[in-house]
Amino acid sequence: MTTASPSPGRSPRLWGVLLVLLAVLADLAASFWMAAASHHWLPVPASAAAAPVDNLFALEVGIGSFIFFGCSGVMLWTLLFNRAPKYDLDNGDPIEGNLKLEIVWTLIPLVIVMLIAWKAIDVSTTLSTLGGKVRVTGGHGAMHGAEGPAAALEAADDPAAAEPIEVIGRQWSWEFIYPNGVHSSELHLPEGQRSYLRLSATDVIHGFFVPAFRLKQDLIPGSVIDYSLIPTRAGRYRLRDSMFSGGYFSSNQTDVVVEPPEQYAAWLEQALAQPLRPAANAATDLYAQRLARGDRGWATVPPAPPPLVHVSADPAASHEG
Amino acid sequence: MTSTAPAPAPSFDPRVLKAPHPVPGAPNNWRRFLSFNTDAKVIGLQYMITSLFFLLVGGLLSMIMRGELITPAADLVDPTVYNGLYTMHGTVMLFLFLFPILNGFNNLLIPPMIGAPDMAFPRLNAAAFWMVPVFGVILMASFLVPGGPSGAGWWAYPPQSIQNPLGHFLNGQFLWILAVALSGISSIMGAVNFITTIIRMRAPGMGWFRMPIFCWTAVAAQAIQLIGLPVLTAGAVLLLFDLSFGTSFYRPEGGGDPMLYQHFFWFYSHPAVYVMVLPVFGIFSELFPVYARKPLFGYHVVAIASFAITFLSLIVWVHHMFYSGTPQWMRNLFMVTTMLIAVPTGIKVFAWIGTLWGGKLRLTTAMLFCLGGVFNFIFAGITGIMLATVPVDIHVGNTYFVVGHFHTVIFSTITYGVFAGIYHWFPKFTGRMMYEGLGKLHFVLTFIGSQLTFLPMHAAGLLGMPRRVASYDPEFAFANVLASLGAFLLGVATIPFLLNLVSSWVRGEKAPPNPWHAIGLEWLLPSPPPAENFEDDVPTVISGPYGYGLGRPLVEDEQRYVAKAASAASAATGGA
Ligand code: HEM
Ligand SMILES: [Cu+2]
Repeated sequence: MTTASPSPGRSPRLWGVLLVLLAVLADLAASFWMAAASHHWLPVPASAAAAPVDNLFALEVGIGSFIFFGCSGVMLWTLLFNRAPKYDLDNGDPIEGNLKLEIVWTLIPLVIVMLIAWKAIDVSTTLSTLGGKVRVTGGHGAMHGAEGPAAALEAADDPAAAEPIEVIGRQWSWEFIYPNGVHSSELHLPEGQRSYLRLSATDVIHGFFVPAFRLKQDLIPGSVIDYSLIPTRAGRYRLRDSMFSGGYFSSNQTDVVVEPPEQYAAWLEQALAQPLRPAANAATDLYAQRLARGDRGWATVPPAPPPLVHVSADPAASHEG
Repeated sequence: MTSTAPAPAPSFDPRVLKAPHPVPGAPNNWRRFLSFNTDAKVIGLQYMITSLFFLLVGGLLSMIMRGELITPAADLVDPTVYNGLYTMHGTVMLFLFLFPILNGFNNLLIPPMIGAPDMAFPRLNAAAFWMVPVFGVILMASFLVPGGPSGAGWWAYPPQSIQNPLGHFLNGQFLWILAVALSGISSIMGAVNFITTIIRMRAPGMGWFRMPIFCWTAVAAQAIQLIGLPVLTAGAVLLLFDLSFGTSFYRPEGGGDPMLYQHFFWFYSHPAVYVMVLPVFGIFSELFPVYARKPLFGYHVVAIASFAITFLSLIVWVHHMFYSGTPQWMRNLFMVTTMLIAVPTGIKVFAWIGTLWGGKLRLTTAMLFCLGGVFNFIFAGITGIMLATVPVDIHVGNTYFVVGHFHTVIFSTITYGVFAGIYHWFPKFTGRMMYEGLGKLHFVLTFIGSQLTFLPMHAAGLLGMPRRVASYDPEFAFANVLASLGAFLLGVATIPFLLNLVSSWVRGEKAPPNPWHAIGLEWLLPSPPPAENFEDDVPTVISGPYGYGLGRPLVEDEQRYVAKAASAASAATGGA
């Protein structure tokens, strides 16, 4: 190696070992720092899923950083110290391989990824957000009445809370129907309890995505999917359509409002007293503007009529994550 | 270029004139590039030029998209137009840039690398190429039909993709499916050809374990095409039926299942990413030994790892459907298979780094793109593992994090590899050297531009910005401004590249047969090689492909081939 200029009296091997040790330590320190920092790259944690997911992510950031800095560090080293001088047409050391090294760098990644997979299975099992999925054929009407296996599955968890909130995705609006008959276009959930949702879509696939919850689940037309989650932090968070749904996809977002159970119960009461009226809907407004401009642009289906709701989302309210 | 000037020095091997086929560099034969030519080298260049043209088209579309996304509101174009633009951007980049340009490399490199005169089925080869402009025109024509092009994304998930708002029979989505199906057929034709050629037409003495890694990866990648494409094509035909003839394979109202399509689609489209990356692994494995002046570290393992990747890539597709209602046991199963892919992939990366270690690095433009590509790929592999982790993917899936991940692969690794390959083999196939200064400028701009574009996307995705949006909440604005600036820088970076290509081809310095002192059959040929490569004087291979520093000849009688190539070159210049 070009840099091995041993100082008199010390073996170059010792220096090499020290240097490698130092590099590994620096890499470790940097990786721990990255793993700690990774918590700041995510939105506020607002559901029971957030902590385990963030920790798993941090673990991966840590391991990933160690590998990334390690590999690019070695590459940088060769760039600095293994460059051929300009007119040097010589070859490098003709090493064709090293069986031991090759076995090591097959086994270590294998162990690492299996370790991550094992942790991930553990996290998924504790969260168990996804319930049953029932296919419903023969039009939309049948969808809301779907009982059967899905209902049986959720009953196993907590029979008292088994009555789910209906979540209906449309091009491009959200509708939530609560067990007491309230309709809203923003989702209210009680803090600290497992909420049961029943997801369906009337037209195309949509995605129920709440970044602050670290959760996402598609709504599939023709299927009813049981889902559950535990909000853990009061506040107002964004709910976004995450599965591309055509024309005004990016406007298809609303808020989730998490509030203490008493407040939630009070909201349900008050909401029921409100009259039903069409929800405020961004896609409807944008489409009206488009028509006013002479329907220019590329083809899109018109937005579905906004749902009739007791409580409409407030587009001006600010969200936390 | 023009042959009106009095007796310019012909820059080609005199034997070329006798060849029945046109040869790049020979005067007045550019017209033949527009003909149904069956010479693999002409077809290779046809692929390269066509796909570079579509790189510009796709790049232009992305500039408009980034223009839209530089502000949170949808203000530059209508959201429906944005949807069409991003759909066409993805489709053009995959089916009209990456697949064709890699087939260009296959055509140019495989026959000379294995000492074959041409492909096994030259007519099939030409037919496969000519389908590219045909479906390219079909896809571009969809901009002109009423309602505009498909706006359903490159996944074209039903039911959204079969909504057909205007109800016309001839619509953007119809043309899109037609183009993708033709692309599939073209790719299958290519795959049959490449695999047959490599299996049947290797030079005497070139056993499997004396074959260059590029050829190994070509077989591994093309095998995926043969296995996967029929499935995608079947899925696309059913989609076409649903769209145009009212069937209900995927339509829930009629009892169909939209999820069926997702399985069809990803069964092919996950492996498809390896169709694109494997040849680039091949390019890295060829170039690192040349520019580090060392044998490829662990050649046997690297070769075999290609097939491990092929096999694993066929059993991981459900990682694109973790949040689609896939049951838990199935998510876990596919998480484990996906993670296993990191092992053979890691083997390759470590082997390249092992090749660099203790080498004598020459930082040519090609080498810079290889180093940059591997650096980016390590990053993308790590984000890939994150995406494979079910609970993490549930959060970042379908967000800009995925967009960041796959652009780091598709652009910052694969396209880097393509650039590296161009800088490395351009002299071989055009007979002209490229300008290193312009090349390095291209590299520096591209490297800065790609980090600036794709790194912030990961951040936006982690915060919850969905992909495919035309507008977004203000909290994502900062990341998007950076990404847009980076994208415009990438646009600027293509200027030195194009300038370099054109000016080098027209007036670059003449290339010797082996400008990089590389080992390999293609470097024993004159630059550019004659139509039938070694003709009836095919060398006998007597050692493995990367004998740098080992002082052993690659073929029997090597000096004779070197001298022959050199004299062909001096005969060409001596004609002046
Ligand atoms: C260690 C290797 C890799 C792993 C573990 C990995 C894993 C993944 C996973 C799990 C996804 C799905 C994310 C989601 O949609 O939620 C994904 C997306 C993607 N990956 Fe990778 N990946 C790896 C390497 C590659 C390579 C080599 C390529 C390309 C050649 C690639 C290209 C893509 C593309 C194109 C997508 C997105 C497709 C789309 O959603 O439109 N990845 N990757
Ligand atoms: Cu995949």
